[in-house]
Amino acid sequence: MSFWEFTVDASYFIAAVLFIVGLKRMGSPRTAKSGIKWAGIGMVLATVVTLWHPAMEAGFFRYVLMLLAIGIGGAGAWYTGKKVEMTAMPQMVALYNGMGGGAAAAIALVEMYSGSAFHHGATVLTLAVVGALIGGVSFSGSLIAWAKLEGKMKKTIRLPGQQMINGGVALLTVILGIWIIASSGSAPVLVTIFFLLSLAFGVLLTNPIGGADMPVVISMYNAFTGLAVAFEGFVLGNAAMIIAGTVVGAAGTLLTLLMANGMNRSISNVLFAGFGVDDGAEAEGPEGEMKSVEAFDAAASFAYSDSLIIVPGYGLAVAQAQHKLWEFVQMLQKEHDVDVKFAIHPVAGRMPGHMNVLLAEAGVPYDLIFDLEEINAEFPNADAALVIGANDVVNPAARTDESSPIYGMPILDVDKARECYVVKRGKGTGFSGVQNALFFGDNTRMVFGDAKQVCTDLANGLKQI
Amino acid sequence: MITGFVALYIFMLAAFTGYEIIGRVPAILHTPLMSGSNFVHGIVLVGAMVALGHADGFWETLIGFIGVILAAGNAVGGYVVTERMLDMFKSSKD
Repeated sequence: MSFWEFTVDASYFIAAVLFIVGLKRMGSPRTAKSGIKWAGIGMVLATVVTLWHPAMEAGFFRYVLMLLAIGIGGAGAWYTGKKVEMTAMPQMVALYNGMGGGAAAAIALVEMYSGSAFHHGATVLTLAVVGALIGGVSFSGSLIAWAKLEGKMKKTIRLPGQQMINGGVALLTVILGIWIIASSGSAPVLVTIFFLLSLAFGVLLTNPIGGADMPVVISMYNAFTGLAVAFEGFVLGNAAMIIAGTVVGAAGTLLTLLMANGMNRSISNVLFAGFGVDDGAEAEGPEGEMKSVEAFDAAASFAYSDSLIIVPGYGLAVAQAQHKLWEFVQMLQKEHDVDVKFAIHPVAGRMPGHMNVLLAEAGVPYDLIFDLEEINAEFPNADAALVIGANDVVNPAARTDESSPIYGMPILDVDKARECYVVKRGKGTGFSGVQNALFFGDNTRMVFGDAKQVCTDLANGLKQI
Repeated sequence: MITGFVALYIFMLAAFTGYEIIGRVPAILHTPLMSGSNFVHGIVLVGAMVALGHADGFWETLIGFIGVILAAGNAVGGYVVTERMLDMFKSSKD
């Protein structure tokens, strides 16, 4: 083993350790900030020593290209990453993740075009092919997720017989993949068609999925990219890629399952069911009168409460109301001595934990924020609940109405609070298309308006008391 | 080259590690942890560099070049947004 071989392998080992320790530290609020720095050091170390990797062919031009590419990709991502609004974070994470998937697929393509993936036996070739497929799907799928969340794709297009088309493309891709493995010789045309099909499959798979299911989709593609990286790590014989990719693949899979459980649905249901589509049938729901009040009345009621639990949803993010809301909450805490807590549903927002990030941005300390399991028992004792821009996750029909499409989904029991106020832009239904029984409840009051405006009005209302 | 059962052992142990790492994480950290793991698979950068490093001919070099751009974007972008999000979390006792 030459000096550089040893140095590279040893550095990769240290990097892998730093990644695992870093991720572990990111699992607790106190150590999280140092966690990402540990992982960052590992990344810099691994990247720098790779310039002396034994598999590199010499050549000035090659190194110029390499550094140029790192510069372009790194600078672009640095700039966008610093600039992106917290509200837009889900699509940004999706985009960076898709880039990783694309890079894994690019490795597979180079290894297959050059023929080197064919020299190490069927196992390595199979992993190269599977990695290319997963990486390609993650790449195009994440780009679609990004475009949808960014509002660049307004309409969710569902082709007639979408499942048939998806199934057909998937089948064709797999057959072609097996063909490449069986032919065990470099076949650039086959490889190219195979790669284009995997991209098409990612587009077809993601396109019909609606916004509220994005937490599941984004964390699934994160796991996909992890696995693709691990597989290409086997192809290149790179232990750092195998370990880091597998760790992320496993962690991402678990997170995806947690998200799906949060909606009481299976992954395949999220991917293939076309949830929340108006299939022509008139949605039957509770009928009655919604009782609407002005923000001032709501503010007065909160001021005289002892305890208030706030449930934020995606509507809060859209309206960018988190800062105004926290301003209002601080007034309640300081001037009226109200015990305020925030309750967050596992799938609120467009990414796992999206709401936590938004509230943290506004300055809400994390010990005021509670998970569904922690807080649900407290609603019956709460004087008031305030729902802002959330809908399906507080629909009591999920507990009571077996015919409802969201039956069985764990919800926040805001209807059990003594009084419940709902801030909502209009009278429409939520993502699931289900009318919400909560809005017609005896103890529910609706405050109609833009979330940011309502939060401003609430604060102004408090000042007048 | 890492081959056969050694590779399988690495794969299995790493998978357990990933599972254990995220198993008991509070929901407030789901986003930073997801974007942190998104950063960690940015290690694909070293593979993309190696691929570009031994690519031959125009097309292989072009694909390798694009691969390195994408991978660098994954690593740098993943780091920047994770750090920004984690910086915002604070306790009321701080």
